[in-house]
Amino acid sequence: MLSIRGLCAGVEGKAILKRIDLEVGAGEVHAVMGPNGSGKSTLAQVLAGHPAYTVTAGEVTYLGQDLLALPPEERARAGVFLAFQYPVEIPGVSNAYFLKSAVNEQRARQGLEELDAMEFLELLEAKLRLVEMDRSFVNRPVNEGFSGGEKKRNEILQMAVLEPKLAILDETDSGLDIDALRVVAQGVNRLRRPDNATILVTHYQRMLEYVEPDHVHVLFDGRIVKSGDRTLALELERRGYDWIRDEAAGARPAAV
Amino acid sequence: MTRTGKEERTTTLEALADREYPWGFVSDIEADALPPGLSEDVIRLISGKKQEPEFMLQWRLRAYRHWVKLERTAGAPKWANVKYAPIDYQAIVYYSAPRRQGEGPASLDEVDPKLLETFAKLGIPLGEQQRLAGVAVDAVFDSVSVATTFKEKLAELGIVFCAFSEAVRDHPDLVQRYLGSVVPYTDNFYAALNSAVFSDGSFCYIPKGVRCPMELSTYFRINTAGSGQFERTLIVAEAGSEVSYLEGCTAPRRDENQLHAAVVELVAHEGARIKYSTVQNWYAGDAEGRGGIFNFVTKRGLCAGRGARISWTQVETGSAITWKYPSVILRGDDSVGEFYSVALTANRQQADTGTKMIHIGRNTRSTIISKGISAGRGNNTYRGLVKILPRADHARNYTQCDSLLLGDRCGAHTFPYIEVGNASSTAEHEASTSKISDEQLFYCKQRGISGDNAVSMIVNGFCKEVFRNLPMEFAVEATKLLGVSLEGSVG
Repeated sequence: MLSIRGLCAGVEGKAILKRIDLEVGAGEVHAVMGPNGSGKSTLAQVLAGHPAYTVTAGEVTYLGQDLLALPPEERARAGVFLAFQYPVEIPGVSNAYFLKSAVNEQRARQGLEELDAMEFLELLEAKLRLVEMDRSFVNRPVNEGFSGGEKKRNEILQMAVLEPKLAILDETDSGLDIDALRVVAQGVNRLRRPDNATILVTHYQRMLEYVEPDHVHVLFDGRIVKSGDRTLALELERRGYDWIRDEAAGARPAAV
Repeated sequence: MTRTGKEERTTTLEALADREYPWGFVSDIEADALPPGLSEDVIRLISGKKQEPEFMLQWRLRAYRHWVKLERTAGAPKWANVKYAPIDYQAIVYYSAPRRQGEGPASLDEVDPKLLETFAKLGIPLGEQQRLAGVAVDAVFDSVSVATTFKEKLAELGIVFCAFSEAVRDHPDLVQRYLGSVVPYTDNFYAALNSAVFSDGSFCYIPKGVRCPMELSTYFRINTAGSGQFERTLIVAEAGSEVSYLEGCTAPRRDENQLHAAVVELVAHEGARIKYSTVQNWYAGDAEGRGGIFNFVTKRGLCAGRGARISWTQVETGSAITWKYPSVILRGDDSVGEFYSVALTANRQQADTGTKMIHIGRNTRSTIISKGISAGRGNNTYRGLVKILPRADHARNYTQCDSLLLGDRCGAHTFPYIEVGNASSTAEHEASTSKISDEQLFYCKQRGISGDNAVSMIVNGFCKEVFRNLPMEFAVEATKLLGVSLEGSVG
């Protein structure tokens, strides 16, 4: 589904991603872990097309198309969804209006008819139950005045409504209490299907107790330095990231 | 390859310059116009063409003499935060009317079909069959009113809704009593000019206890090149009556500036309510700031009696320069004044707009919600005065003044003046300035929403509190207008 080869990217001339290779197949859940500053969030943002980042080398193929050639809104309409680490507030615009616009732009691209207000509300009601959110939620302005947990749940709600093929969750577990974490994880699990894939970007193993990954990758200094199965996440939890740092340093010819 | 944010910003703001102005056409209608220039003779000619009573002519002449004095001394007001070359008042055509067959139209059937066509093209059908349900329209073309719909139906309730020149002829007592009672010709430079040369506009009179069953509206169209439009509107609401009035305006696309200096006076007696809404969309000039309307307008309402209520809502998206402060004098105890405003400046547009709330009576209340949006090289200024006089016990004002910036070459300025002369009163002022951030745009795009739709959504969200106060049809219109005005402001 997603094939990343030799991806290098940076911001304002500073290299952050230094040759990333990653294959994600349909139905798979990949966890991308790593210490702060290793480039996890940058990877998520670059895949979604954030304009602040410049891709300097490499290619990304998504469902047979050149992902990097598409503007962010086209990537989204093609089924790429990013759950933001810091969801953005849009004052005065209701959640329902925002989501309805998103759904209808996506449907327009697929050649489907727009949903009217009633049809959309029906869809929304069903998805609200999935993420255990109150109806009052939909009339509130997008993320404005939301608690941290509400913002993250709102991301999952949007994901549920848009039904992406490739969902990238950027530290969705950070700052969540245990109940919110359970709801978010449950949402992710229920949205898992054989024809879609998920990339979980996370610092902690905590989320992986609820969402079981097929593959775990460790990102360090802009490279994937280690890949494995679930047990790798557990090992990281137990040993921290220092041994990865040492291993990575050892594997490379002495720098400096 | 991903472009950097900065590159994207630059290209998108360039694109903003290309925004369309679909109302910029000129109608080929033969005009009966005076030669350019201003003198006592011109004023006598205007008054004569309108067959005005003597009191009207004398009033105009007094206003003219006052204006001449101002012109020779202080000149036009210079305190506003706008820049423009001096206006040559002798180069302006002060009267231009579509040439009439015979005595002028007595009914719609006699109106020049080209005029009806012009208004239909602007979305204002005047013919019996197509007219807008629930909205009575007075259509003003250059210096004259060409048609007023639903006049007879309103007359059954005692409501007078007609062209100002008609009111001067048919209701001289009312005109004489109220004209200049809220905005005297000595008020300011442009008010003096307007009082001397004003041509047409609308007159509304709502009798005691009558609730006007439909929206009253005036649509102003400037057509003739080199002409100024000086309209005058007067609305009088007797005790316990209620009226909602709408105003819209457009002009052809031209390289020269045209002057529009209007005066609007509202009088609300005891317990009366007047709601006045404007969607101002005069031609704004091109990307380089060539052409466009100078919109120098004095609007003021008087809450004359106890519990009267006047509410101004304005959406200002057009004009090269806007200079306008719809105000309320809260004389009656318990009276209420409101001002809700959205002002958008794109390209090289300049706006200096706001309000004055003058609290004279006890327990008077006022609310000011101002939303300024600047894009391109636009310059947007909020200027407001809240004045609470010593007698105004327990007066209350709440002001909220927000600015939104698109890009980094535009400007937003706020000049709030608060003068409180009564210790039991309260005045609250809140202000904010924000930008549409790259993060907000990216967030919307990541959900599949196009850049244009995202900007329009964010701007409409920003303006929500104001749009809520517009009548339904106008709210839809305003939302669309903002969308068109900002089209292409992101890539």
